Amino acid sequence: MEPQGYEEIEHTADWALRVRGNNLEELFRNAALGMLQLAGVEPREGLAQKRLIELQATDSEGLLVTWLEEILFILESEDVTFTEFDLRLEGNTRLTATVQEAPLMNIKEHIKAVTYHNLRIARMENGFEVTVVFDV
Amino acid sequence: MIRKQDFSQIGPVLWEISTSFREDMRVPVRIFADDRMLEAALSDRSIQQAVNAATLPGLVSHVSVMPDVHQGYGFPIGGVAATRLPDGVISPGGIGYDINCGVRLLSSNISAEEAKPHMANLASALYANCPSGVGGKGSVPLSAKQLDKVCRLGAEWALENSYARPEDIQRTEEGGRIKDADPTHVSLRAKQRGRPQLGTLGAGNHFIEVDVVEQIFHPEAARAMGLEEGMLALQIHCGSRGFGHQICSDYVRELQGAVQRYNIRLPDRELVCAPLDSPEGTHYLSAMGCAANYAFANRQILVHHARRSFEQSLAGKVREWDLRQVYDIAHNMGKIEEHTIDGKKVRVCVHRKGATRAFGPGFAELPEEYRELGQPVLVPGSMGTSSWVLLGTEASMALSFGSTCHGAGRVMSRKQAKRTVRGDQLREKLESGGIHIRAGSMPGLAEEAPQAYKDVDSVVDVVVRAGIAKKVARLRPLAVIKG
Repeated sequence: MEPQGYEEIEHTADWALRVRGNNLEELFRNAALGMLQLAGVEPREGLAQKRLIELQATDSEGLLVTWLEEILFILESEDVTFTEFDLRLEGNTRLTATVQEAPLMNIKEHIKAVTYHNLRIARMENGFEVTVVFDV
Repeated sequence: MIRKQDFSQIGPVLWEISTSFREDMRVPVRIFADDRMLEAALSDRSIQQAVNAATLPGLVSHVSVMPDVHQGYGFPIGGVAATRLPDGVISPGGIGYDINCGVRLLSSNISAEEAKPHMANLASALYANCPSGVGGKGSVPLSAKQLDKVCRLGAEWALENSYARPEDIQRTEEGGRIKDADPTHVSLRAKQRGRPQLGTLGAGNHFIEVDVVEQIFHPEAARAMGLEEGMLALQIHCGSRGFGHQICSDYVRELQGAVQRYNIRLPDRELVCAPLDSPEGTHYLSAMGCAANYAFANRQILVHHARRSFEQSLAGKVREWDLRQVYDIAHNMGKIEEHTIDGKKVRVCVHRKGATRAFGPGFAELPEEYRELGQPVLVPGSMGTSSWVLLGTEASMALSFGSTCHGAGRVMSRKQAKRTVRGDQLREKLESGGIHIRAGSMPGLAEEAPQAYKDVDSVVDVVVRAGIAKKVARLRPLAVIKG
């Protein structure tokens, strides 16, 4: 595992990311950072704002997909990316994130969607681990 | 772990895993493959995914797997599954995020020799006129009302707005319009993504390619399609863009709850589904129709831009520069069709994910000139290699729900491709081989390197040996445009 808490793993057609975190908040943050790195997102200098994102789902895996989809949607529709994440989870089904925005300079690779394929957040000895498959 | 010993060989290039392999399988899995392709399929999770797909409620006969199969998510890419109406299920993941991703082929009377000095200009004009790349703002921004019309009318909207000719529509699967599409079942978020993107190619494995017709195998069919050896042809490969991706994402999320309501047990959450006669199932089907129609209109607008590019680059320099539609076909789609199962006609929803409809002769929807021949099938190869034009057959109706392969099929991960291939070196190599490349992303180009794919000629040989398609023509690339 890379020190940043995520690593790309082999997948024949699409992209898969293995993510770890000491707690769920860190897992969700690392998943977002890993996805942005996979997509080759480059922020540019410009007016930086904070944004509040509130999401809910029926379980922690559903919440993770909803969270990553929200970031992809904002990237595509607003040409905005994120550089910092401050996350709080309540009961594994509600997420509140304060994120630092940055104007988007470039995205190198296109991620179509975040999938539920074999998605399971596993509790490890020192935290949590999940593998997320992206459709590209 | 699935091994070769788990299969029975039931034909020269057909293998089966019976329902005794795993107790939750409702039907067997059959794969069209030679020995080498079967071994390739066993090297990733493709077959495991096909076995998982074989657990869906309401499946009929078997799950069919094409020789270009590779690992996807939920369903494998190259999988075909049919569920009976009304109580069988529909699974958005069994159709894919890029709803109605498909291929369009146009023919011409432009001699490749005559066009050769102008090919670099033509490639540049196509790259400039056909918006591509990640996100990609389109050339035809839509109001909310216009998007709803595109959802309902598909390629007919393009005809009404002067982006199409009547014969383009006739030579498109379903006439370019899924009739039960209903935009009231599409989220505002999907519409927000769809409005600016109509008329865009996108990125990834999507492309526009100028080809030369290299060899004809079926002169009568080639004549009907307007394909002649030595002449240029044009392929467009793309789908429903962010609009379709969002619709699929919305329904995969929504149906996570539906499987609990309908007490459906699944081995993978990406396979979530709902009965075809349930509110959730009918809503998804009508939303999927909107994305399919968006994709038909999208490819049609790209054809309009391609015709303009040909005119800009070739008018006055060659004798004729027009492009005529051969056919347009989806390879990610769910279709309500009638098939004969165990001697009885049954209405089913055929999920084709990375598989092409390949109906045989006599199919009423086909334009008159193709009706006695069978449906044209378009099989693009990997970048820099041949593509194929095939015909559907009667046997495909019996063996694979009227379906055949859709491409070469990946064998190398994107990660490995980027590790072993450099985009700029690949472009140089292809250019020195006489193929003009216009691409927005060098890592993206590396991921699509020919060595990351199976040999498309071998894939086509298997479907021909299996009898689920016939060869019409082979095309060779001269210019490739990618996002």
